[in-house]
Amino acid sequence: MNLDSLYQEVIMDHYKNPLHKKLSPEPTVQVHHVNTSCGDEVTLNLHMDGNLVSDISWEGSGCSISQASTSVMSDLLRGKDEDEALKIVADFLEMMQSKGTKSGDENILGDGVALAGVSKFPARVKCALLGWMAFKDAVTRSRSGE
Amino acid sequence: MLNVEKIKSDFPIFSRTIRDGKRLVYLDSGATSQKPRSVLDAERDFYEKHNAAVHRGAHQLAEEATDLYEGARDKVARFIGAESDEVVFTKNATESLNLLAYSWSNSSLTNKNLANSNLTNGNSIFALKPGDEILISEMEHHANLIPWQELAARTGATLKWFGITPEGRLNFDPSLITAKTKIVALTHQSNVLGTINPIADIAKIVKSHGALFVVDACQSIPHFAVNVKELGADFVAFSGHKALGPTGVGVLWGRRELLNEMSPFLTGGSMIETVTMERSTYASAPQRFEAGVPNMAQAVGLGAAIDYLSDIGMAKIAEHEHELTKYALTELQKIPGLAIVGPRDLENRGAVLSFTVEGIHPHDLGQVLDEYGIAVRTGYHCAWPLMRAMNVVATTRASFYIYNDTSDVDELVSGITRAQEFFKVSSSGVLR
Repeated sequence: MNLDSLYQEVIMDHYKNPLHKKLSPEPTVQVHHVNTSCGDEVTLNLHMDGNLVSDISWEGSGCSISQASTSVMSDLLRGKDEDEALKIVADFLEMMQSKGTKSGDENILGDGVALAGVSKFPARVKCALLGWMAFKDAVTRSRSGE
Repeated sequence: MLNVEKIKSDFPIFSRTIRDGKRLVYLDSGATSQKPRSVLDAERDFYEKHNAAVHRGAHQLAEEATDLYEGARDKVARFIGAESDEVVFTKNATESLNLLAYSWSNSSLTNKNLANSNLTNGNSIFALKPGDEILISEMEHHANLIPWQELAARTGATLKWFGITPEGRLNFDPSLITAKTKIVALTHQSNVLGTINPIADIAKIVKSHGALFVVDACQSIPHFAVNVKELGADFVAFSGHKALGPTGVGVLWGRRELLNEMSPFLTGGSMIETVTMERSTYASAPQRFEAGVPNMAQAVGLGAAIDYLSDIGMAKIAEHEHELTKYALTELQKIPGLAIVGPRDLENRGAVLSFTVEGIHPHDLGQVLDEYGIAVRTGYHCAWPLMRAMNVVATTRASFYIYNDTSDVDELVSGITRAQEFFKVSSSGVLR
């Protein structure tokens, strides 16, 4: 195991300067997710404009992996069509569950590919998924609210 | 200090390496301890030579198995200053505490339709009703919190708690103990802070109000001599696996006169006196609380663990851990940005050290330490309300035992320093 493969420069950049980490007012849906194994938390505000993910903002506390991953997600999925966003979430999930065998497509996952190394550390996969699962939950709720 | 090299040679796990050849620095005994060969041998020996269901059967194996199992009970009793029939074997301390909560829940049932059940023996000292109070503290492990939360919810009783001081000591307020208080449940030593609570002093006040006193001794009994009679509690719970013993065996000690008045928790074979198709009556303690074939090999393993601890001597173990804690407190606090979460003095303090490092989340710190073969616990340590009370989201915890020495502390300190370098945290805690 190599720490550098886990803590890539891109991850550390997102950790130090997280994107969209300030809750926008009047969201379509707000969700709060907790990683029950370590107590990391994220509150996510989702703004939908029809089928368009018009804004994702968040607040939270946690380790570098959970914070960086949520930052990557919030920047990557905003402006996407809902189905497209969920497809990207599915791709990210597949990479994270691959135990290090899938490196991810940068054209789809953007900075998210920097998190591929996390999939080799089973205890940390949940950290990387925290924000993404919150987003998925928010979309599901916004749909059922229609 | 103990001869740690000699002790380590008794623990097979220390002959393996971690993360590509690194020495195992095991600082997570607060979660579970490692096991000496004699414990593993005792379990294996039970299965290979004496395996049979205890308390059943007229054959030689059943006789030997029963002798070994009851012999383990005798060892536990001697170890904690109790009588053998006051020692109930459970799965772990969590089950011991739930046994109490569910037994007393059964005693609290008032539904007339339950008149045929011998579970509700109508003994009022265990029955809770609205207006009664259960008193715990903010520093409890979830295992000594949620069972009482749920018992209060089921019976209409009110859950109250002592707070904690900013240093992580119990903020003992005697005015919280009143005639309404039916149960007081406290930890002997915090699994996060290392704080040792003055149980014997508190017991006198609890007794003067006629309440039942339950003590979670998971973090104390494995580490220093505890005599349950001197402690003054009514019930004491601990786990075998934190005391060099196997997983799957825990202990509930209770005063004989109380145990024998209590409703059963789990029902079935072995715990009965007579059974008809209509109703049953129950055996006296400890059998009343040991339904089904118990974890026999594990209990025997716990007996071997107690022999191992007793051979070293609990006073020597306590002294060793005290010296180690003193050294660790001094060395850790030399690290810029490191803050101890819990008492910084050595008075009534066990060998559990929680801390935060400015600019590095505990999960990230644990990851780097693991890279160097150092096993610590990170997170909220099954004590979420305590973390809130201490104003931290999570901590890193190092906990020590007989196989640790100052070189392990040195490794920890150097690991933390390397983590600070890796994450480019300056001495002021700011990410560069």
